[in-house]
Amino acid sequence: MRKYLTATFLLFSLVIHLVLMRPASADEAKTLNVLVMSDTAYSDKDVSSMTASFNTAHPDINVKVDFVPYAGLRDRILLSQGSDGAYDVVLIDVIWLAEFVKRDLIVDVTDRVDPSLRAQVFDGAWKTADLNGRLYGFPWLVDAKFLYYNKKMLSDAGFSAPPKTWDEMNNQAQVLKDKGIVKFPIVWNWGQNEEIVCDFAYLLAARGGQFFASDGTPAFQSEGAKVLDYMRGQIRSGIANPSSREYNAEDGRRAFLSGEAAFSFNWQYVYALSKNPAESKVVGQVGVAPVPAGPGAPEGTSVNGSMALSITKTSKHPEEAWTYVTFMTSKDLQDKYAKAVLPVWTASYSDPTVVAGQEELAAAAEPNFKNMILRPVIANYVQMSSALQEGIQAVLYDKAEPEAVLADIASSVGNQ
Amino acid sequence: MRGGSAFAVRRGSAEGFAFLSPVVIVLVVTVGGPLLFTLAMSFTSATFLGTLADLRVVGLRNYVTVLTSSSFQHAFFVTIEFALFTVTAEMLLGLGTGLLLAEEFPGRTALRVLLIVPWAIPTVVNAITWRLIYAPDFGALNALLQQAGVITDYRSWLGDPSLALYAIGVADIWKNFPIVGLIVLAALQTAPRDLYDAAHVDGAGIFRRFSTITLPHIAGPLMVALILRTIDTIKVFDIVWVMTRGGPFSSTKPMSMLVYERTFSNLESGIGSAIAFIITLVCLIFIIAYTRLLKRQSRGA
Repeated sequence: MRKYLTATFLLFSLVIHLVLMRPASADEAKTLNVLVMSDTAYSDKDVSSMTASFNTAHPDINVKVDFVPYAGLRDRILLSQGSDGAYDVVLIDVIWLAEFVKRDLIVDVTDRVDPSLRAQVFDGAWKTADLNGRLYGFPWLVDAKFLYYNKKMLSDAGFSAPPKTWDEMNNQAQVLKDKGIVKFPIVWNWGQNEEIVCDFAYLLAARGGQFFASDGTPAFQSEGAKVLDYMRGQIRSGIANPSSREYNAEDGRRAFLSGEAAFSFNWQYVYALSKNPAESKVVGQVGVAPVPAGPGAPEGTSVNGSMALSITKTSKHPEEAWTYVTFMTSKDLQDKYAKAVLPVWTASYSDPTVVAGQEELAAAAEPNFKNMILRPVIANYVQMSSALQEGIQAVLYDKAEPEAVLADIASSVGNQ
Repeated sequence: MRGGSAFAVRRGSAEGFAFLSPVVIVLVVTVGGPLLFTLAMSFTSATFLGTLADLRVVGLRNYVTVLTSSSFQHAFFVTIEFALFTVTAEMLLGLGTGLLLAEEFPGRTALRVLLIVPWAIPTVVNAITWRLIYAPDFGALNALLQQAGVITDYRSWLGDPSLALYAIGVADIWKNFPIVGLIVLAALQTAPRDLYDAAHVDGAGIFRRFSTITLPHIAGPLMVALILRTIDTIKVFDIVWVMTRGGPFSSTKPMSMLVYERTFSNLESGIGSAIAFIITLVCLIFIIAYTRLLKRQSRGA
């Protein structure tokens, strides 16, 4: 019997040994783990081929890239903290900067950035890396919401240009609906996700509203209620697709590119897809413009959706990580992939070879990227956003009144 | 087994324990440890990225916070509603399918194999598939119902707060009723044929045969299926996460999604652990109630 016990014990030890003792790889010292997102910007394929060219230029650094959808990006960054093989370089959204700095997750790189570069990149793009004058990364994506419109539907309805103001958009949409050109002229991404807060943010800015007053008290209740009333009005009157309330960015994009809407608000990645027959039934009909303006405003104000590459505090190879960040954000590389995502470098927009074939997007992007507002820069933004998502949806489903919802959110968020 | 099989341990129980020890150790390490750790954490102010120095014991405060919050109360009722709907349907459908497939008819083997297919599909794939079926603008369900003349206009299934939870429920039922059917089918294989013949001779009708022979025979396995399905639906997460992420306006947000949000979005591990432990307790209550029911039933028989 002792023999069996010994055998069992040995077998058990062997299993534990095999599980715990992974062979140490010799080149582990030079491996960089990178986390980026798989949707709504560069494709996996683009990032992989960028990284491949980095690996060719730097054979001593081995880069491994992980992709997650945007919706899981923040949680993955937080969860990987302190785990074995944590990420060295992560992609951060403008709305997480304050939180990540407060939690001491990302490295201050102010001294690594050549000050002369500051002026060459969009100011708005820096907002995703710059907190109170210190830099915590380098902008990789500059983005804002654009107005996408269907030129054919608009001209069928007798309009020669896209709407310049929000009121004008409502009027055009009503005509499109009345003439039976499209059943629901506007499609939004108003599911319970970050998109709905983005749309709320620039609609609020269009009315001259803001989230917090200069003394840090919540200030969005009164103008915000009018915004919610405007949003709800579009659903009620049927100029906006009621299914908007369950759409994320990709759902809204698909509906618009299958020709089910005349107006859609989305990020710049939709422009490239609109020309791809595999993704779009409306190839050649899609126009893009800056978001419409509010009452009395000369130009529209979009929402800042820029993202930066940052080095994590847990990285064992910050030097190599910075080499990678510098490479990925370089003007040359970004210009090369400008067909997928427009560069963060302002000079690229006047370079005809870079904007070739997407002059319309570049023309809309320049004013749009200059007039971007930020969602609240607060450490507990994620909690505030989730309260806003739920509250705005409750209004859109007629389950709550705008004033009550916003008063609740204001008191739960408190002074900042 | 009491008669003494080849493997029975006769020379005292020490060796028996020795043989069991690997299992016991694995269970203690992989189940007991994390469970106790979660319980301990639920009494503290732990945060996901916090340090030990910041850790304070807060007693029952996390539980009070959770139980008095409207988001938890809402999620609790959402979960129970979801569990009642899906488990009831899965048990009834599973029972019916199991009984049908126990009968002899041509093509029975093929059908039995087909039955496993939905259950073998990964939950996330199932959720994505159903999300496409329900899609408001191009979904197959709308097309089917419109062509059949049931509805005149395409409608939203997952976007309607009064329907969304049940729409997810249907996807869950489709995936999980086969396992109940298979358990019933397996149990029926051992039902003695001669008892049915005798009942037939005695003139018992089909309902009487079902309630006096079939049901007592499959009650045990059926109870196992009931417990498994109940536990699974009370801790439901993935199918909802993929199909609606808890929307519209949190009308489909179950308790486990709150655990995720509190722990990983808000980084409040203490609160998250408290909700996780409450979910465990809810499961436990159902299990105890079911086993009581089973005992009473077997005593009655």
